[in-house]
Amino acid sequence: MSAVHPATLREWHRFTPAERLARYAVYFFLVAAVVISAESIEIIPEFLYDAPEQFADMFHRMWPVAWGFYPEGVHEVLIETLDIAALSTVFGLLMGIPVGFLAARNAVPVPFLNYLARFILVSTRSVSTLLWALFFVAVFGPGALAGTCAIAFHSIGFIGKLFSEAVEDANKGPIEALTAAGASPMSLILYGYWPQVKPTFWAIALFRWDINVRESAVLGFVGAGGIGMALDTAINLFQWDRVATILVTVFVVVIIAEVVVTQIRKRII
Amino acid sequence: MLIIRNLSKSYVAGTPVLKDISIEIAPRGVTAIIGPSGTGKSTLVRCINLLVEPTAGEIVFEGRDIAHLRGQPLREVRRKMGMVFQEYNLVERLTVMENLLTGRLGYTSAWDSFRRRFDPADIEHAFRLLDHVGLASFANTRADRLSGGQRQRVGIARALMQKPALLLADEPTSSLDPKTSVEIMQLMCGLAEENQIPVMINMHDVELAKRFANRILGMSGGRIVYDGPPEGLDENMLKTIYGGEGWLA
Repeated sequence: MSAVHPATLREWHRFTPAERLARYAVYFFLVAAVVISAESIEIIPEFLYDAPEQFADMFHRMWPVAWGFYPEGVHEVLIETLDIAALSTVFGLLMGIPVGFLAARNAVPVPFLNYLARFILVSTRSVSTLLWALFFVAVFGPGALAGTCAIAFHSIGFIGKLFSEAVEDANKGPIEALTAAGASPMSLILYGYWPQVKPTFWAIALFRWDINVRESAVLGFVGAGGIGMALDTAINLFQWDRVATILVTVFVVVIIAEVVVTQIRKRII
Repeated sequence: MLIIRNLSKSYVAGTPVLKDISIEIAPRGVTAIIGPSGTGKSTLVRCINLLVEPTAGEIVFEGRDIAHLRGQPLREVRRKMGMVFQEYNLVERLTVMENLLTGRLGYTSAWDSFRRRFDPADIEHAFRLLDHVGLASFANTRADRLSGGQRQRVGIARALMQKPALLLADEPTSSLDPKTSVEIMQLMCGLAEENQIPVMINMHDVELAKRFANRILGMSGGRIVYDGPPEGLDENMLKTIYGGEGWLA
């Protein structure tokens, strides 16, 4: 089959010359962006050179870990952190799911409500948890309540966005069938959409709880309660062995959360 | 019973899918709509219960033009028309019983359906229908565990849960094997006869249509080109409907 006549060879190119030029332009801009960014943040080489030394010094001061500090100064704030994570996830879901439904154009075919819901989702998500925390610390004073509200509000956007996308991806067939049976929009949501998005709902809830455990660990830096407050105090007092205790605790909790979430997801999805 | 007058539908302005269709459906009997793909059979069936909004024309159901109804009045009309779908369109993650009860959503408030408070008479009706379609022991089985034929039985039972005055079916057997197709047609037409309601079925299979329908509507290019008994559907007529002749053995 090697006797292909030269005249029958046809040329094939994946891209037109214009497309090829555009692709090179994209590569060029990517490289340029990295170079310009690196220049603008003004990395000081001397700081880089002695980084290993600083690292070693830090670890040296952290060792031995002050395990004895756990019962007296960590356990209580750790529980508070987990409480903040759980409560903020529940409140985030309570607020995020209805907004998520409103943002889904197929379940709520009212453009005004869709835009309003999208505005809520984008605005809650674009304000970071720390900013929400500063705001709520100002409103409620320092403590776990401010932290809970901060994470809950930041969660709305995340939960609502993922949830509304799941709703918009729902199979149209059953919806059409229930519509043909004369179901009202509310019944469509309850019996047409909800059963379809329920697995996604649980996946989002678990994933968000997982994130919120980590979020609530740093919130203490702005006075919003939890283990972060203990960490902040220890750092300010240069008690590095206590810092190590807290970091190890957070690390262990995050890993446990990860394992728990993975196991639950495996069973319900 | 059902009168369609001068019905037209264009999804894109200027390119009508249905062109000036006028038909009258008797209060009893099976009407099969046949025709090539893309000729508007599905659109015609969906225009009747307004899943697709007609561009022009009247749909007179029980003495009233329903073509422009919206909101609650539209839902009240829709619940009198049962519909069976090609892909069954069951809510996969709900049980067979729950799927049947969704046929009553037009009569149940959202609040009651949320609390799963369905009329005991509806539940009894559902059990009786399950007996009829041969799925009595499947009430608590999830729909996604059923076979195609079983799903379509559930689809038929769900449509009949509405106690409809008219049964619509969009390619109800196109996803099923030949034997199951015949069983489903027998079941659907038999139950419609028992409940004394007319059936409108849009289908691909000409032989199946001839076997079960007492009236055939042949569509081509968005118009009805044949309207009569199955016996009148000779080779010439099929050529008119589907075009060409190489496919006719």
